[in-house]
Amino acid sequence: MGTVKGKKSVNPAMTESTVALLRELVAHLRDNRTELREEWARRITEARLLTAMTKEEIFAEATSVYDNYVEALETGTFEALQAYARNLSERIIPRGVETDEVVGIVLLLRDVLARSLFGKYRSDFDLLNRILDAYEPAANRIANTVAVGFVQERERIIREQQEAIRELSTPVLQVRERLLILPIIGVIDPLRARQLTEQLLQAIRANRARVVVIDITGVAEMDSHVANHLVQTVEASRLLGATVIVTGLSPDIAQTLVNIGVDLTKMNTVGDLQGGIEEAERLLGYKVVMHDSDSGGKKS
Amino acid sequence: MAVPILKQSNYLIATIQAALTDQDFVQLRDALVEKVGRFRSRGVIVDVTALDVLDSFASRTLRDLAYMIRLRGAHTVIVGIQPDVAFAMVQLGITLADVSTALDLEEGLAFLDSVDSEQARA
Repeated sequence: MGTVKGKKSVNPAMTESTVALLRELVAHLRDNRTELREEWARRITEARLLTAMTKEEIFAEATSVYDNYVEALETGTFEALQAYARNLSERIIPRGVETDEVVGIVLLLRDVLARSLFGKYRSDFDLLNRILDAYEPAANRIANTVAVGFVQERERIIREQQEAIRELSTPVLQVRERLLILPIIGVIDPLRARQLTEQLLQAIRANRARVVVIDITGVAEMDSHVANHLVQTVEASRLLGATVIVTGLSPDIAQTLVNIGVDLTKMNTVGDLQGGIEEAERLLGYKVVMHDSDSGGKKS
Repeated sequence: MAVPILKQSNYLIATIQAALTDQDFVQLRDALVEKVGRFRSRGVIVDVTALDVLDSFASRTLRDLAYMIRLRGAHTVIVGIQPDVAFAMVQLGITLADVSTALDLEEGLAFLDSVDSEQARA
């Protein structure tokens, strides 16, 4: 996962006077810590941000963010703030906090602090200007860091979930010696189709399968690209020495297959999964016998 | 590189050990078609497990080989096509239609045995 690199040293563009100004600024923010924090938390509640969290939680987080914020201003390094932002995101994303809320609260803090600076230096306009020159770039970078951290965390979660869905979505199951079934449920996009094929071909080798039943009852529709891919999968399986039986074709999919002009001599299709498994058992030479009072039970 | 052709009772087994040139494939085809008559073999197995690519020329030669051997009165099975190779072939439109395939040597032999016993019954 890429991270935005916080600069290790103090920004070279910062002159000594800027550093001195920032130090004064930080001292001011430290002195008025309680007051400014409360003001900020009040503004957050007022703006109806972070509605998923309680007032106490907001205040607790606000305190941590405030301290990290002041520290970032003081040292000019953003690693600690970045780590905190990531950690915060990890905790609040599952609770449904949105990107605009996070960006919103950081910008609010920026405003609250700027407002307090206005108040303090309003008599000396020149000094105020220089203070803002020092404050604004740092504050912007902080806002940026927090927002990027939040978005990255979200993206990481989304990627993880996609991965999980993808892995869950393609089980290849052995139901009998030499017989695999591949039930497909849901939408097949080209990526998933490709993965299905790969897993199936590997499974044919690993299980030494001779017959495979692909059940697509759970697939509502299929575009011609994916339908073509299905036909290719059937052919590739045959090259490995396995016969494929496709079951559960819906009328729509049947139409798609006919429209792309699939060679039906290559496709072995059966109406439903039960019929498919019965056909597969027949091909493999299995015979299922009903357990009768006089005969010896289920034989295969 | 020449491909060794082994005689195993009624069958001929050719195991390809390394990548072959087009020339080698043609040679293999001719050698098998010739030997199948000389040994009065009933089946031929071509093992391609070692190959990680089967291009269109190779595939066509294998298909021709299978057809020629059928005309000479025997069956051919191609065994050991790797999953990646199989999918790549299909994407190129090479499907070895009407040529028997099996997972590996063992399956290939089992297949030829079943064809043999079917013919014996008929």
